[in-house]
Amino acid sequence: MNQTAHKDYFGAKLGMWLFLFTELLLFGGLFLLYAVYLKRYPHEFATAGRQLDWTLGAANTVILLTSSLSVAMAVTAAQRGETRRVMAMIGGTILCAAGFMSIKYFEWSAKIGHGIYPGSEQLKSGPPGESVFFSLYYITTGIHGLHVVIGALLLAWIALKARSGAVNASDYILLENGALYWHLVDLIWIFIFPLYYLVL
Amino acid sequence: MNEHHIISYRKLTGIWLVLLLLTALTVAITRVELGGYKVLAALTIACAKAGLVIAFFMHMKYEGRLLRWLLFLALLTLAIFIGLTFFDVLYR
Repeated sequence: MNQTAHKDYFGAKLGMWLFLFTELLLFGGLFLLYAVYLKRYPHEFATAGRQLDWTLGAANTVILLTSSLSVAMAVTAAQRGETRRVMAMIGGTILCAAGFMSIKYFEWSAKIGHGIYPGSEQLKSGPPGESVFFSLYYITTGIHGLHVVIGALLLAWIALKARSGAVNASDYILLENGALYWHLVDLIWIFIFPLYYLVL
Repeated sequence: MNEHHIISYRKLTGIWLVLLLLTALTVAITRVELGGYKVLAALTIACAKAGLVIAFFMHMKYEGRLLRWLLFLALLTLAIFIGLTFFDVLYR
């Protein structure tokens, strides 16, 4: 009666990638909307886009790239069986996630304080192109921010698994898939940053 | 899992440095007035950065044929979406 649990590592990773492809199409749709409306309202998009602070966007870009490095190092650490380092690296990533969300909070609350939010009087009375820009800005960064929060919670749970030994050098698919999800969050931001903060 | 490729800390840090450099380059390029080329330049650099993240941070460079083809298929689907939409938007 010696039963070992069946583990399909490749299947687990394949499933994660398939899920990431659906995420790609979700954000791809949002970027497509952005592109079509940029074509229709180039001047309004430029006026609206210049109201975003690109230095905050750049800071968040550096934070997310660093968080990705950290979680990639966590995978390497797991493969080498360095459990303490796995937890430290995941901790670094979660810290970066907190920093990212704080900056996002200040950005959003400043904009909302200036009366710029979907359905606000100021946007309703302004040109339609600017209203479209900020709606897309809130939807895209909002869904992205939701992914940051979910990713951070997921990684925190995986760090606990690493501490208890459930994630180790011979079984780290959970960490690998969590890291893949986190890198997707970074990937999406790599496109959000130039499109919303820089090119307009 | 034994055949799994382990990427060294040094290599990961190197990729991170290149990514930071490319970010600085995007900011520098978009501060100059380039007109329509600004979008093209920024997106080209963004695609290069995405390629680095997928290849090294996400280990795609070391994956087998199936995952690579699936990634290609997903990107192709997205490209067809975007291409057909613009075929409509631009020539309406």
